[in-house]
Amino acid sequence: MLKVSHLSIHYGTTQVVSDLSFSLDHDEILMLVGPTGCGKTTILKSLAGLVPISQGEMTIGNGTHHWTATPKKQVPPEKRNVGMVFQDFALFPHLTVQENIEFRLSDAALANHWIDLLGLSAFRKTKPNSLSGGQKQRVALARTLAHEPAYVLLDEPLSNLDAALKDDLRWEIRQALKSAGVPALWVTHDQDEALSVGDRIGVLRNGNLEQLDSPENCYSQPANRFVAGFLGEASFISGEYHASTHQITTQLGDVPCAIEPTGQSVDVLLRPEDLSITTNTPTNGVIHWSRYEGSARLYSVLLDGDREVKIRTRHDNRLMPGDQVRVDVNCTHPLTVFPKEPG
Amino acid sequence: MIKIPRSYPVALVIALLALSPIVVLLNLVGDDFQAFDARNLQVLTNTLLLMTFTALGSIAIGVPLAILTTYVRLPWGRFWLIVLAAPLALPSYLGAFTFYAAFGMGGEISNLLGIPTPAVNGLAGSTLIMTLYTYPFVLLTTRASLSSLDASQIYAARTLGLSLMMSLWRVVLPRILNGIAAGALLAAMYALSDFGTPAIMGLDTFTRVIFVEYNAFGLSQAAMLSLQLLVVIMLILFLESRFKGTTERPGRHLYFWPSAQQKFFMLLAASPVFLLAIVLPLSIFFLWLWRDGLGNFQLAYAWNSAYASLIAAFVAVLLALPVAYAAIKGKVGRIMERVTYMGFGIPGIVMGTALVYLGLKLPFMYQTLGLLVLAYVLRFLPLAVGSIRTTTESLDNSLLDAARVLGASRNEAFRRVTLPLTMRGLIAGAALVFLEAMRELPATLLLGPTGFETLATYLWRVYEAGYFGLAAIPGLLLFVLSGFGLALMFSGERSADLDNKNEPSKR
Repeated sequence: MLKVSHLSIHYGTTQVVSDLSFSLDHDEILMLVGPTGCGKTTILKSLAGLVPISQGEMTIGNGTHHWTATPKKQVPPEKRNVGMVFQDFALFPHLTVQENIEFRLSDAALANHWIDLLGLSAFRKTKPNSLSGGQKQRVALARTLAHEPAYVLLDEPLSNLDAALKDDLRWEIRQALKSAGVPALWVTHDQDEALSVGDRIGVLRNGNLEQLDSPENCYSQPANRFVAGFLGEASFISGEYHASTHQITTQLGDVPCAIEPTGQSVDVLLRPEDLSITTNTPTNGVIHWSRYEGSARLYSVLLDGDREVKIRTRHDNRLMPGDQVRVDVNCTHPLTVFPKEPG
Repeated sequence: MIKIPRSYPVALVIALLALSPIVVLLNLVGDDFQAFDARNLQVLTNTLLLMTFTALGSIAIGVPLAILTTYVRLPWGRFWLIVLAAPLALPSYLGAFTFYAAFGMGGEISNLLGIPTPAVNGLAGSTLIMTLYTYPFVLLTTRASLSSLDASQIYAARTLGLSLMMSLWRVVLPRILNGIAAGALLAAMYALSDFGTPAIMGLDTFTRVIFVEYNAFGLSQAAMLSLQLLVVIMLILFLESRFKGTTERPGRHLYFWPSAQQKFFMLLAASPVFLLAIVLPLSIFFLWLWRDGLGNFQLAYAWNSAYASLIAAFVAVLLALPVAYAAIKGKVGRIMERVTYMGFGIPGIVMGTALVYLGLKLPFMYQTLGLLVLAYVLRFLPLAVGSIRTTTESLDNSLLDAARVLGASRNEAFRRVTLPLTMRGLIAGAALVFLEAMRELPATLLLGPTGFETLATYLWRVYEAGYFGLAAIPGLLLFVLSGFGLALMFSGERSADLDNKNEPSKR
């Protein structure tokens, strides 16, 4: 188990991470997601012992391995039994694939296990420079897992790969981590990756953890507008909260409310999937633009009163900009609300 | 918390060592000297004229050859490129020596063929020799700029209505000016610091006059002149830092398609350069070998050269390693690395003067091989640092982090990742220092212990005595050594400068 409490990191006088706390179960995958420069990579480096921490502590405790790192008592990386997968793979160019994976192993069986599992048998004697990006990432993963780390850190492992490769490989990495049974902290800036791979998601902004929850909750019940916007398309419509019915009255009708709002005037978060679009009358909006996405179609609709909402529909739905349409809220789950923004 | 990388203290000591010659010179000049007189002015004028003419001459030869070898697909293109770059690997005093002996009244050419030829000496002679051996600087830097230009820009200019010549003038030239300037400044640096050529040609430049003063026991006057020369050199180095070659992302390569006949004439026009710089000196040495045989050459000279150079190469690499390692650690490390490049700007004769004085002050060093090796090391340390650096550049920090995270200690990471990856650079650096030290003349003349004769100093004694025929063996050996230097130049990391296929780096 990995436990991080009240972790802060400074570069000189600038604070890059403040008061971060979380813990990871024995085979849990936590996705840290946030925009560029939010401190994700710094957190990973500090957990690896490559960057000193200025406050807080982190503890590893699983039977054989036990240590606690604090600002006073830094634990050097080689003593941490940590596994790290680097953004640029960091494969040793002078060693073959097999030699890379066996870097500090006395037992070749461990290396062979991961070489076979990740389909690298054909490349044992190859030098990393002649491998493709996806193969390099598999070698890096095999090298990390073969050394039997107590926890694994992944620093944007897919950001240097082609989009076509990413979907398959991220699932492959998840399966490998699960079969190794290690806790993993996976950093990414790609919200799709975070939502699909993680057991839990931590959303970061400017070194602060904005929300730490399951992917479902983070997506449908974001803690604030930033998280809402970062994890997907977000539209807001204004409404009035009625405590008696626990419902919100909006221009699209009454909708169930997920949380107890602080005031009566609220903004309701609508995901594109929460809405449906028809040509039924009476209409309540006009199509602003439409974007074909292959498997779906995304519409922007200007509701009466000029509020814009985005709606995702089946791809065979063909409405043209300028068409009068009717928008309905089409979901069974309660919706998240935020206090109304001034102005 | 500020942690000082472990390589810093060592690198700092080495950087201070590299600065020591300048401190010594400042100290030496202290008491009695003639600040600046009419003769001094003449020396300054000679030096600046030689420098300027050499730079202009190397542009005049280097730029057309660069365009030829870059934009025209020649038969055996790489062969021509190597042949045309070859003079760079030769010490120019070999050229000066053979030209001096070959031309003029009673020279080898008039003896052999009965054709009277004008003597090659003075400013004109020095300029000719310098240009012949420094134009490859311009050739290589210009080529690098040219091959990074995208052909589509010329296509764009031509579709906008410019002729080929006009588009070269208005689109290509402005963008390769930096490359040309960088090469010309390197040639100027060489002209400033070379001792052998002006000495043999009898042109009173700083380097020659420093040597004369030294022989007349005017050590503090020599130091004064050395400092004046260093000021000029620093000016050139400053200019050079302004003109870094263009680092554009290479695009599609442009080729011209002249007819076979045109190509023939182009090569014919280029051939005199090669004939004069390489073939003529070689022929003269072979002529002497055939006529005078081995002379009184002793194998001990070659052994002395090799022995001192080998030690210098070993020490230089040993010192370069922490410097290069410090340079990848941070900004301060890079500054210390810059300081060790000082040696590159200190001419051999100036280094010799400084260390002779050091020897007088530290009697246990006086007239020892150690002092000579120190001169070699300080002078050629940049070569070792540079070639180790090109390999450490590929060694980013994440590789070391990866090793640490896998459980390797600092020492193990160094031994198993850093060292193997820098080995190529280490060996190349040692070889470069060795070859340069083997051919070094002025510092060896000043610092060699009594009776310690090397290939280069023996050649110098032969010149002073006028028995040119005796120079055959050392001359040819120096040629062979230069051949190795050339091979090294074309095999190592630098071959990227010479190939057109320098791939754009990813990301």
